[in-house]
Amino acid sequence: MAAPIRFTLNGQDVTLPEGTSPTVTLLDWLRGPGALRGTKEGCAEGDCGACTVVLENPEGTRTPINACLMLLGQAAGRAIRTVEGLRGEAGEPHPVPRAIAEHDGTQCGFCTPGIVMSAWAWAREGGDPHEALAGNLCRCTGYRPILDAMATLEDDSAPPPLAHDAPRLIAAGAQRFFLPETVDEAVALRAAHPAAWLLAGGTDLGLRVSEHRERPETVICLLNIPRLRRLEVTAAGIVAGAAAPYARLLDACAADADFAPLAALLRRLGSRQIRGLGTLGGNLGTASPIGDALPPLIALGATVALVSSRGERTMLVEDFITGYRTHALAADEIIARVAIPRPAPGAILACEKLSKRHDQDIATVGLSVLLTLRDGVVEQARIAHGGCGPRAARAPAAEAALLGARFDAAAADRAARALEAEIAPLSDLRGSAAYRRLAAGNLLRRMALRRPELPGEVAAVPAPHAPGFVAP
Amino acid sequence: MTIGAPIPHDSALAHATGAARFADDLAEPPGLLHGALVLSPVAHGLLAALDTATARALPGVVAVLTAADIPGANDVSPSGKGGETLFAERTVEHHGQPIALVLAETRDAALRAAAALEPAIAPLPALLDAEEALAHQAYLMPPQVIARGDAEHALDAAPLRAEGSFRSGGQEHFYLESQIAVATPGEDGEIAITSSTQHPTEVQHIAARVLGCDFNRIPVTCRRMGGGFGGKESNASWVAAAAAFGAQATGRPVKLRLARKADMAATGKRHPFLFRWRAGFDADGRILALDATLAADGGHSLDLTPGVVFRAITHALNCYDVPAVKLTALALRTNTVSHTAFRGFGGPQGVLLMEDVIRGVARATGHTPEEVRERNFAGAPNGGETPYGQALEGDLIRRVWAECRADAGWEARRQEIAAFNAAHPYLRRGLGSFVLAFGISFGVRHLNQAGALVHVYADGSIRLNHGGTEMGQGLNIKVAQVVAETFGVPLHRVRITATSTAEVPNTAPTAASTGSDLNGWAAHLAAGTIRGRMAGVAAALWEVPVEAIVFAGNRVFVDRPGDNRAMEFGELAHRCWIERVSLSATGFYRTPDIHWDAQAMRGEPFFYFSYGASVVEVVVDTLTGEHRVLRADLVQDAGRSLNPAVDRGQIEGAFVQGLGWLTCEELHWDEQGRQRTLGPSTYKIPGSRDVPPAFKVRLLSAAPARADTIFRSKAVGEPPLMLATAVWNALKDATGVERLDLPATPERVLMALAAKAR
Repeated sequence: MAAPIRFTLNGQDVTLPEGTSPTVTLLDWLRGPGALRGTKEGCAEGDCGACTVVLENPEGTRTPINACLMLLGQAAGRAIRTVEGLRGEAGEPHPVPRAIAEHDGTQCGFCTPGIVMSAWAWAREGGDPHEALAGNLCRCTGYRPILDAMATLEDDSAPPPLAHDAPRLIAAGAQRFFLPETVDEAVALRAAHPAAWLLAGGTDLGLRVSEHRERPETVICLLNIPRLRRLEVTAAGIVAGAAAPYARLLDACAADADFAPLAALLRRLGSRQIRGLGTLGGNLGTASPIGDALPPLIALGATVALVSSRGERTMLVEDFITGYRTHALAADEIIARVAIPRPAPGAILACEKLSKRHDQDIATVGLSVLLTLRDGVVEQARIAHGGCGPRAARAPAAEAALLGARFDAAAADRAARALEAEIAPLSDLRGSAAYRRLAAGNLLRRMALRRPELPGEVAAVPAPHAPGFVAP
Repeated sequence: MTIGAPIPHDSALAHATGAARFADDLAEPPGLLHGALVLSPVAHGLLAALDTATARALPGVVAVLTAADIPGANDVSPSGKGGETLFAERTVEHHGQPIALVLAETRDAALRAAAALEPAIAPLPALLDAEEALAHQAYLMPPQVIARGDAEHALDAAPLRAEGSFRSGGQEHFYLESQIAVATPGEDGEIAITSSTQHPTEVQHIAARVLGCDFNRIPVTCRRMGGGFGGKESNASWVAAAAAFGAQATGRPVKLRLARKADMAATGKRHPFLFRWRAGFDADGRILALDATLAADGGHSLDLTPGVVFRAITHALNCYDVPAVKLTALALRTNTVSHTAFRGFGGPQGVLLMEDVIRGVARATGHTPEEVRERNFAGAPNGGETPYGQALEGDLIRRVWAECRADAGWEARRQEIAAFNAAHPYLRRGLGSFVLAFGISFGVRHLNQAGALVHVYADGSIRLNHGGTEMGQGLNIKVAQVVAETFGVPLHRVRITATSTAEVPNTAPTAASTGSDLNGWAAHLAAGTIRGRMAGVAAALWEVPVEAIVFAGNRVFVDRPGDNRAMEFGELAHRCWIERVSLSATGFYRTPDIHWDAQAMRGEPFFYFSYGASVVEVVVDTLTGEHRVLRADLVQDAGRSLNPAVDRGQIEGAFVQGLGWLTCEELHWDEQGRQRTLGPSTYKIPGSRDVPPAFKVRLLSAAPARADTIFRSKAVGEPPLMLATAVWNALKDATGVERLDLPATPERVLMALAAKAR
């Protein structure tokens, strides 16, 4: 039975009128019918963060998200806080906006509400403040005063508000927005509605609404299926449900030394806002030729499980990606989970990414390498690249060049030459073919030149002491 | 004293709580229509037809307007020289050029209908590359030449010679709030416009030109912009004119808010430049002769290019003296969006020239770039004038550099860096420096004027209005500080209001760093007029000479030993009202002394120069080209700062914006001339991690500006952007490459390293 969209907004229960389209973005609803215009639209593509709002999760955690990418149907059953909701009981400003203002953290002020919301979530969640701000662009201040303000923040200890259950179906006119709760249900819907959008985090599909103003007739949203949200870490590796957000995969990898290089890469995948919504299943479903997460999955030998009413099948991620934005998913299948095997003891894992900007930028070149060693000699090599051809793929010639050799500078150079010869990158706005070729090879060379006692890349060079400001 | 106090931005808390209202946040008038633009999908072509009937039939669509529907002139050229259309007629000249305006009941309907419209365009060959335009002498305007001495002869006579060439890239403003205007029809042909604009007066003029009406029918208001940076100078005008056109055509209010992609496709950017130079010098590194060409890619039309080129050529020698010099500045025409004002307005490009020359001379002579820099500073023992005849302050040039070098600990850092580089297999650190002399005033003389309107109410509260616009730079708080200081009242007594052509007419754009210089003076004069009248009332009451009346501490009192008569400021205001004395005044200011002879290309176009220096350390990965700024030390001359907190924000923000221009911000046009970097997913401005983790900013002390500046302060909006030029020098230092085009993306750095290795 169809039910209205109901969510908690700034601690208050909100039920939207019947007939409200579930595929309107949360941002458009907030700024329109919601009459909350503190949340801004800067880009409508999830990259600037001016529309950042925060999901208040039942367990007390806070997830910043881009309101421009979240559809109302996805918001159903959740607790959302906007900048207007950061107030004391007497209406006084919350300490976070106050700190930003008092530290001269605003100039034009347009990005500020989004930055306030990211900072509010960060005050609870912690971590590298740059990582917390990677999804928020400010064009005026140069960020220094914002970081200064953030350094003074403390968690406000506010408990999460009560959340509601989400409906299983939202209907508006001809639109149907399904929120199945089991895989069986999802698979049946998929078979019945082959043209429906399969929506998880919506960080890619959301653009079709936000930017291209599309209005899909039928959406099957996979976010409320516990089995697809599950994430397990075992001795064998990590099994991530297709609809588990990147944020949780990152947490799991960061807590597991064997996956530290993958954690470092995931910290650069999108932003906290994107990782709060985006999923591995979605990344596989778009089969992007770059797909930041695809090279490490391929190098690690990850498998993907696909389910339909016909049953389940499993295949390597490298086989799942069949070409430029094409994959092996059948019209009645959904992606259920991805299994990432744990690297063998003593294996060398590198998950490299080159981009114009360190944070929140799509890779110009991605290169992931897994080398299994026996007695110091490479026994097995798996090298995968992204941004170097029509699809993310393995580099067999480079792999062959390493087999049976010690992984030293000379071997890496041989493999790099093989890699440069076997990839066929294109020239586009992110980089020329010549640069991609050279840089891809050099990423391999760099692996062998790294020394534990020296910083391995520019981002790791320790920051000198910051001297501050001198007024006369 | 409010002057000189580090007072936060007046809207800071409203920004942070979401209470500050931008144009799109205002309550929408009943009957509002939403606009969307139809943009050219090709770079150059003959516009055959546009089937508007199909779009008109789509649900919610109310009108589709094209050039043929324009009642006045299809001319939005800011210079008034024509040749710049609101909507394309006959030909399209760049990808993203506006062709039509769709008006619909909802924004969605407008956007969908605009996307559904497919103009029929017969493609023509497009001129896309600046080098090609230079080869074809495709110019937008005649070359500008500034010369002193006989450069050719001096080049021949010089003991040593070097030459070079390089390019700098464009830059998208990426104000977070995209272009927006709301036009509301009123009585008797009036169209009231709310615009996110740096230039309300130009919005008024251009909307009136398009509508074919008198200026007095177009009141224009702007409370605040979500960033401007020059991008809302001329470009805001045509957006607002389109909204006004829609409002007039339909009789309904129209909001035109450009989606980010449309904004980035249709609005101009910082001019890309080509540079070529030949220099003659001696073995000590003293530069004796220079012949240089600076070619700006102006895009398809003139826009503000003459001014940009003027500032580039007047800043091409920056703070250096070259006795014999010939500087040629060109404006190239290409089939790209018309490039426009961007913070620095050609200055940032102009000052790149000498940096390349200095490194070339250093390479040829074996001196360090810093030695060559010092040897060629303007001022004794070298010549002290710019090549166009305006004096530079050699002592300030040397001071900012000496203080910055000392702050940076240059010598010790050199050693640390050498040790790191010797030990690391592939990372290389480098140091770079930069020194700046930036002229303050509009190059166009008549823009150096400003007005203000001040009211004191009978309770002593004050309402301030002036011609400047607030884009985040803190202009309103600075001008309010001036007014509070003039009346001797606390700052909270001064109410800041929206800029409005109905209150202060015939204003200049808020640009060229001049906002507080010009509007601060105008407001000071307005407040001074009222204060004089109030002092007269107090003097008559107390039977003392008017000179004895003092305004301070929210009180008015007699400044005479033993005389303790005083009253609250508000009490005197009330008394003035009772006495029927006007408490309202306008102030008008025009910058004195500036002059320019456009035939001779000589004069003193700038009221004063602002000086600055920087030292930057970078680290480069020589295997990937990735790089990062580790530390920046800046010294900036702000005269006697009106507000050091605001000035610090301007300096840091400008530096980071300059850093973006020089490193990660890269515009990409494909082979068909379609711009492919149309959003933050593809166009990368600096993020928080890109800011130098060690970032020291020093305001130059004990350096008051000339006596006839506003409280002896100096402009600070643009100059520090150029201090980021040290990043370019540091990257060259770290890599040892000779030529490094800009922006120095990881790709350009790696490819330059590869070229050097060959």
